[in-house]
Amino acid sequence: MKLNRRNFFKLAGVAGAGALATGTKKAQAWESKAPEDPFGCLVDLSRCVGCRKCEQGCNEVNKLLPPERPFADMLLLNEKRRPDANSYTVVNRYFTGKSDEQDHLLPTYVKIQCMHCQDPACVSACLVGALTKKENGTVHYDVSKCIGCRYCMVACPFEIPAYEYFDPLTPRVRKCTFCFERIEKEGGVPGCAAICPVEAITFGKRSNLLDQARTRMKKDPARYIDHIYGEHEVGGTSWLYLSDVEFNKVDFQDLPSEPIPKLPETIQHSLFSYLWSPIALFGVLSVVMAKAQSKKKEEDES
Amino acid sequence: MSHSPSATHLKFFTPGVWVMLVFMFMGAVAVVARFTWGIGSVANLDNSHPWGIWVGIDVATGVALAAGGFTTSFLAHIIGRHHYEPIVRPALLTAMLGYTFVVLGLLVDIGRTWAIWKPIFNWNTNSALFEVAMCVLVYLHVLYFEFAPTVGEGIGGRVKTFITAVTDKIMWIFIILGVVLSCMHQSSLGTLMLIAPTKLHPLWYTPLLPLLFLSSAIAVGFPMVVFETTLVSSSLKLDSEMKILTPLTKITIFTLGLYMVLKVGDLFYRDVLGYLLDGSTQSNSFLVELGFGVILPWLLLITPGVRKSRGMLFFACCLIVGGVVLNRINVFLVGYHSPYAQTSYFPSIGEIAVTAGLIATLMFIYRLAVTFLPVLSASKQEVSA
Repeated sequence: MKLNRRNFFKLAGVAGAGALATGTKKAQAWESKAPEDPFGCLVDLSRCVGCRKCEQGCNEVNKLLPPERPFADMLLLNEKRRPDANSYTVVNRYFTGKSDEQDHLLPTYVKIQCMHCQDPACVSACLVGALTKKENGTVHYDVSKCIGCRYCMVACPFEIPAYEYFDPLTPRVRKCTFCFERIEKEGGVPGCAAICPVEAITFGKRSNLLDQARTRMKKDPARYIDHIYGEHEVGGTSWLYLSDVEFNKVDFQDLPSEPIPKLPETIQHSLFSYLWSPIALFGVLSVVMAKAQSKKKEEDES
Repeated sequence: MSHSPSATHLKFFTPGVWVMLVFMFMGAVAVVARFTWGIGSVANLDNSHPWGIWVGIDVATGVALAAGGFTTSFLAHIIGRHHYEPIVRPALLTAMLGYTFVVLGLLVDIGRTWAIWKPIFNWNTNSALFEVAMCVLVYLHVLYFEFAPTVGEGIGGRVKTFITAVTDKIMWIFIILGVVLSCMHQSSLGTLMLIAPTKLHPLWYTPLLPLLFLSSAIAVGFPMVVFETTLVSSSLKLDSEMKILTPLTKITIFTLGLYMVLKVGDLFYRDVLGYLLDGSTQSNSFLVELGFGVILPWLLLITPGVRKSRGMLFFACCLIVGGVVLNRINVFLVGYHSPYAQTSYFPSIGEIAVTAGLIATLMFIYRLAVTFLPVLSASKQEVSA
């Protein structure tokens, strides 16, 4: 473990200078990487009749396996379901206490799928960049890069990505694709929105959908609660919801309006941009080690 | 260097070794099942609980407990406290084996084992996991390089001459690199869970998490050395090394104290003390972690009598090691709250078999290494007949 002292200090000097030069640049504020004019979908819970046609449409256009129980089986609505490896979207039924004139309880149906966040936690988390946020709004999964670490599933605040746990060698992360290929084409609409018989799912530019949502709320203020879910949640999502019942009564979470990647990315980049801190630490330790060694040498000689 | 490590050349197949072999066999059965029928057939993982003990223990805890490697090499080689030289090799061996098993654990846990190389070519520098992966990959090889001279000495002859020639001049780079890489990924392991602010319990979710992970890894480094040195010298009937361990743990008073101040200060600063006594599993687990894993052993260590007594010191260090283990389990598993889960996670027999099998294999190879390679410096005890 002998080392040449001159080289040692030279290297340490370079390291220190490099660290200083890059260290000054590090204090860049975090910036959102959200696309400017993405597509989105507006789901109007007050319109949904719970027919599960969207589940069927999704299954067909995405060529998923046939379901265990047919889509016409409405008894499935008795249980709360989550999207899984073979269903990118599911509809759940809630009784929130809302009732008609004869005091019959009225159901609220909620379609769930990937929200296609504007600044997605999963995209920030994915170490290989298998998940990306596209200009058209899609949070896109590229299986060819995936290693199956499932950090995206840990990261997702909506608990959407599902996993093929019973595939021994080539399991995939499974989630709503926003019908990426379909909406890339002019006039293309996601499978669920295309099939919905009551126009509960409106596809369009996110900015237009927000206007539309506000118009509906203004026209019928008694019908809607004053909240567009997804406008601000986790920094905004491409999918938006309008509702006639409080969102927390139908299993929507209260989420912060800060994009989730902001804190971890700020930490990562302020510590490791241009590797300034490891280089600086290497420099400091080199000097310390060289001094300790020369001291030992002197002691050994004396 | 005044110390002279040597192979122990003791009897290898003791009853303890057979017990390890049994655990290794059970782990192997579970691994075969995982690669035949999928992760779901062996593990209690689902869409609400994507990470279990294979990440929380095999990876996160494994990395933390391997911190003895870089902390001792910092002490003995970088700041030149050569008095501590005898503990560097065993700590290095533990670190090397520890990281090897972190990677083996990962190979079992990730869905596409054969794709493990992909992060080398597909970079997402926004991801803390990317940094952890890169650091672990490089550090593993740094550790192999650092351990190579020991293997060379064990084999002797031309191999030794060759390895010495290759490693001697540039070893200092690897020693420093080992410390730098360790600081990087020990902290980034803490950054990992910052991506889940709505899922991780507020007792653990803090922007300080990377610093807490780093400082706890540094704090657990020497106690881990005490832990294994005591176990090894008891098991192999070697002389105890208290004259090194006592001053070593004096340093731990400072490092563990720093971790304690950061952890407790963070609780006050974020004003989350209200969660401490709500009787939930999370708050109880946090109290045990902090009380028995940090505060109690710190109070023990500041007592000089404890540091001089082999048994008491071992006990205090066990508490510290246990506290860090529990902390990693808390952050990755106990404190992880799924918003939609209908069941809570508890590891399956298969998951436990894999983890126990990996630990047994690690101990088995450690035993193999100290038997045939010059790792340990303590001399054999005189058998009093």
